Amino acid sequence: MTATMQARQRRKFWGGFGYHAFGIGAALFFFAPFAWTGLASLRTGSEAQSPPLPPWPTHGISFDTYAVLDTFGAGIWQHTFNSMVVALATVVLTVIVSLLAGYGFSRYRFPLKNVFFVLIIATLMIPFQSILTPLFIILAKLGLNNSLVGLVLVYVTLQLPFSVFMMRNAFDAVPREIEEAARIDGARDLTLLVRVLLPLVTPGLASVAIFAFLNSWNEFLAALILLSDNEKYTLPVLMTAVRAGRLGAINWGAVQAGVMVMTIPCLAVFLILQRYYMRGLMAGAVK
Amino acid sequence: MTSPALTLAVPARARRRRARLGQWQGLLYIAPAMALVIVFFVIPVLFTFWMSFHDWPLLGQPEWIGLGNYMQMLKDTRFLSSLRFTAYYTVITTIAIFIVAFPLALFVEKQRRGVGFYRTIFFMPVVVGLATASLLWVWLANVDSGLIGPAIRMMGFTGKKVNLLATFDSAFWTIIVMVVWKVAGFTMIILLTGLQSIPVELNEAARIDGAGRWQRFRHVTLPLMRRTIALALILSVTGSVLAFDQFYIMTSGGPQNRMISVVYYIFNQSFVSFHLGYGSALSIALLGILIVLSVVQLRLLRVGDDK
Repeated sequence: MTATMQARQRRKFWGGFGYHAFGIGAALFFFAPFAWTGLASLRTGSEAQSPPLPPWPTHGISFDTYAVLDTFGAGIWQHTFNSMVVALATVVLTVIVSLLAGYGFSRYRFPLKNVFFVLIIATLMIPFQSILTPLFIILAKLGLNNSLVGLVLVYVTLQLPFSVFMMRNAFDAVPREIEEAARIDGARDLTLLVRVLLPLVTPGLASVAIFAFLNSWNEFLAALILLSDNEKYTLPVLMTAVRAGRLGAINWGAVQAGVMVMTIPCLAVFLILQRYYMRGLMAGAVK
Repeated sequence: MTSPALTLAVPARARRRRARLGQWQGLLYIAPAMALVIVFFVIPVLFTFWMSFHDWPLLGQPEWIGLGNYMQMLKDTRFLSSLRFTAYYTVITTIAIFIVAFPLALFVEKQRRGVGFYRTIFFMPVVVGLATASLLWVWLANVDSGLIGPAIRMMGFTGKKVNLLATFDSAFWTIIVMVVWKVAGFTMIILLTGLQSIPVELNEAARIDGAGRWQRFRHVTLPLMRRTIALALILSVTGSVLAFDQFYIMTSGGPQNRMISVVYYIFNQSFVSFHLGYGSALSIALLGILIVLSVVQLRLLRVGDDK
């Protein structure tokens, strides 16, 4: 009797051991590059060009690499500011536009409704990489080439299929009785939307906002093509200059620092708002 | 109490008026979204078609040349080799991602202690940008200041310097490892949703019938996951066909210009050589390829429905 119990316990122990050995091994593979870069970026300037073995600073912690990064382009604060402005403006506009559109598609009937909806969703089928050339020309015609405003408008458009779909579903899930009751109490249209319905669709909006932030913060190709002015570069475009190096020499310390500057906001947003991120991802996947 | 007839009549008229008003209000609500989609999407798509029939320099007059760009495309060996490379890359990446992501999905499916922690860690690279990931890995793969090459040398496998990005094969596999690191967590979560939608009873029943672990996976899990697998496949294939950042940042299209993907080639034609018309024709070709792929994949999805 005790023998079988012992055997079972032993099997459970080794099962758990194998499980966590695999898990920790895999976790190391996915996490190590971040840790390695983060630690290496804190080495002194003289150390920064040597291989990161060991990754941690051996001559004391310093921010030399970040100081070097600051000498590229118009300074790291300017480019971080550009990226932040673009990302936050994309978030705000995407939230407003998809909130209105989601409400319209969920609650109203109007001619060509389905055509319009399919048109928005169809943009998912056509990759924006294939329309960059005319986009470049149209933005020039509108006087929005080489401008962060133009870039934001393009990013908002790219976010719309997912966001409108998400918000229509969010509104569909709100019982109509709540609206009826609010209407009887005298709330109308925008007041109704903002005061009564907004709190009910906030989880959906959170997902929309997170995806808008991450995608616009990380986007590279459109920014590379649409921005030509050094001062307006977003972080990924700035980093191509760092990557290209000066006089044939690449400062790898600046690369590490740049990777950290671009990574930390993404990881922070993801880790803090993970629940909403995953909800959005599942909603997209299940569809 | 008023008579029922009266209470019914008034709201009916009001409702009809509100319905007519509602038509316009509905359009008003979706107007901003539609304006953006039309200006920044529908018009550019149509404009791409229009441009593809022109010789369209950056400055100066566009000239109508009919199908000229398309004829040129068929004879353009660099375009054809970019197509071949993109196809090769797509197949290898997709296989590599699935080989890593499937075990991970099975691993994080079980409700055990620490599973939430593992899911979060595996997923972390997904939320950083592809450009960021490429930069990180181009440093790791650097011959003098990186990690991988010097580490291999230090462990004594070879006395020479290891430059991973110098030859096509090693650079290609470095990029594959980077992409798997970046994307596997995403595919894992997609596959996980599929795994979780399989009723537990089915696996139990198969187990009672004496099916082994592999048999259960092969005959219960896999068939029930067809839809999810198809979805993960679509996302992986589409993403790979459109790859650009990793080649631009990690290898600048090298060694020997053998890593030019289709999007990279379009980028070069349109925004380096400024052959905007030709670039548009190439874009239309890319669009065609993606539509064909979508149709094939949608059929895959429908096959999933039958089963």
